[in-house]
Amino acid sequence: MKRFFAQCYIWLLLIILYAPIVFIAVFSFTESKVLGNWTGFSTRLYSNLFTGDMQGTGSLMLAIENTIFIALVAAVVSTVLGTVAAIGIHNMRGSTKQAITFMNNIPMLNPDIITGVSLFLLFVFLHISQGYLTVILAHITFCTPYVVLNVLPKLTQMNPNVYEAALDLGATPFQALRKVLIPLLKPGMISGFILAFTMSLDDFAVTFFTRGTIGLDTLSTYIYTDARKGGLTPELRPLITLLFVGILILLIVINIRQIRNSNTENK
Amino acid sequence: MTNNDYIIEIRNISKSFGDKVILDDVSINVKRGEFVTILGPSGCGKTTMLRLLAGFGQADKGEILINGVDITGTPPHQRPVNTVFQRYALFPHLDVYENIAFGLKLQKVPADEIDKRVMKVLKMVSMTDYEDRDVESLSGGQQQRVAIARAIANQPKVLLLDEPLAALDLKMRKDMQIELKEMHRKLGITFIYVTHDQEEALTLSDTIIVMNEGKIQQIGTPTDIYNEPQNSFVADFIGESNILNGRMVKDRLVEFVGHEFECVDEGFGEDVQVDVVVRPEDIYIMNKLEGAQFTAKVKSCTFKGVHYEMYVETENGFELMVQDYNAFEPDSEVGLLIRPADIQVMHKERICNTIEAEIVDANHVKFFEETFECLPHSGFEEGEKVKVEITFSKVDLIDHPEEGMLSGLVHFLLYKGDHYHLTILTDEGYHLWVDTNDIWDKGDLVGINIAPQDIKIIKSDE
Repeated sequence: MKRFFAQCYIWLLLIILYAPIVFIAVFSFTESKVLGNWTGFSTRLYSNLFTGDMQGTGSLMLAIENTIFIALVAAVVSTVLGTVAAIGIHNMRGSTKQAITFMNNIPMLNPDIITGVSLFLLFVFLHISQGYLTVILAHITFCTPYVVLNVLPKLTQMNPNVYEAALDLGATPFQALRKVLIPLLKPGMISGFILAFTMSLDDFAVTFFTRGTIGLDTLSTYIYTDARKGGLTPELRPLITLLFVGILILLIVINIRQIRNSNTENK
Repeated sequence: MTNNDYIIEIRNISKSFGDKVILDDVSINVKRGEFVTILGPSGCGKTTMLRLLAGFGQADKGEILINGVDITGTPPHQRPVNTVFQRYALFPHLDVYENIAFGLKLQKVPADEIDKRVMKVLKMVSMTDYEDRDVESLSGGQQQRVAIARAIANQPKVLLLDEPLAALDLKMRKDMQIELKEMHRKLGITFIYVTHDQEEALTLSDTIIVMNEGKIQQIGTPTDIYNEPQNSFVADFIGESNILNGRMVKDRLVEFVGHEFECVDEGFGEDVQVDVVVRPEDIYIMNKLEGAQFTAKVKSCTFKGVHYEMYVETENGFELMVQDYNAFEPDSEVGLLIRPADIQVMHKERICNTIEAEIVDANHVKFFEETFECLPHSGFEEGEKVKVEITFSKVDLIDHPEEGMLSGLVHFLLYKGDHYHLTILTDEGYHLWVDTNDIWDKGDLVGINIAPQDIKIIKSDE
């Protein structure tokens, strides 16, 4: 009996959690302009999305392009910065190491709105005109700690002598980094990259405060503006559904990778 | 001046990490083709020495020469040495072949030459046919073989080995010892081997360097080190031994355990306090009492496989360890005899604690950063730099560190037959030597008290 209620509880929780997304996914297959009004099955909205045959098409497509471009650049740069930082932190000793690790964790716990506002003030203070560059810089800022967090455990797992062994065998420090360290850190770097990419895709608050007034829109800011104009563009429903499915697949891939990794380690 | 016989010359190397001195003015010369072992307990500086040779870290002072060339500042990848690490340090993302070929590929050795050399070193470590294996699928012993193969594939002038067998089980270790010795003979290159295992050192080496607390204690052949230890640390660290306080009566006559013995040592002077070492297998034990130099009562007798190990107590209370092929029943009276050549006499490093101090007032003196009460003294002024002498047995150790004037921990202990000789490391980092009958363990925290009448103030030399 106790088990039954426990089961019910977890299912209820999952239903409440996923209901909004399922709701949107279901209504992405109808043409109605108003959400919640079923006017028969249709894939029109999907085809509209891809052929661009709809209202305000240009700006939606542009927003999607911006989002992906910003996420890619931010993820690549923060993967490089984060990996280098993790190697540095790993080689520190004692209290400095603790202090730096702690400082690395703060941006992750800090509310986005505070990160956004403070970056906004910083850019104003430095007279940097806000736009593409500032959004990318801001995204790198909050993505890098996640990469550090993913690479650090790989460094602790590593035999501390392998880097030295490479030097000992005649590798220059750069060759040792390229031929030994990076291949060993690659799994951590990849999961860090994926995490940074999704964090950037997801971001609204920071982007909102750092995009300036040049009319730069990412998907999240576009949806926000669109919703305030009165009602969502119907084509956003299939878009949200596709994004959700995409991220779901990504998550499943990461999980499978992790399971495989831990299996090979146990062998 | 460079001597061509020496492949490695280490000159006055010192190294500290923070306040802690790891290497203190160490000088070593290594002959071409020698198998040299650096032996010492953990924390003695042996691994740091090896890392300086490999180039992982810089010495604070001194220089290192290989083949007469100063390499003190040369980065590791440009040194003609290769290292076998304690925990193998194989590259887990490469297979056995690629691991061994790693250094050769960097040197741009042609592919067919790499092939030839990899096969040759694999054969040398008895790992033929393993070249395609994933290194993580190999056992510890096999991984260590690949690590050795990887290091010798580069044809270094010197091979550095950092406790390479420490992670292997006993049987495997014995086999690998024989193979290493054989490999050394075949390759003809210099091996520098670091270990804390004295038996391994005695088995493998041409020369042993015994280190403790960043200083070289003795350099010599295995037989020299075993038979003629230069101080009580070496005697205690290498093999089993009875270390006793003695007195050199005159040349060739030494007194210990309350008896006088003929010995072969000369030049210590007359009536000088010394340390005496007698190996347990060098004490003859017999049932009949006539013909014996002294008698004792057997306290315990344990079978050790080849021999029996017995603790005997002499009539004046000294405990000795004796090893013999025959067992003697506990509580039986036995006669003991030690031949002159089996008695090793050593200079005492110190006969009492001598500490730099400063006079505070008429009956207080300051040393070890603490002010102690002493008996009223005369002839010294306030603030004058002096020395104090404290007899080993007059230092009082107590269980509760907070109740002592000083606190510290037991750093090293030596059984001297009828008492323990302890080295105490105070919290402020000073050494104090203590004789006591109480039983302490290494690492025990202790409080230290010294009575005013036991502090003897003497003039500083300066």
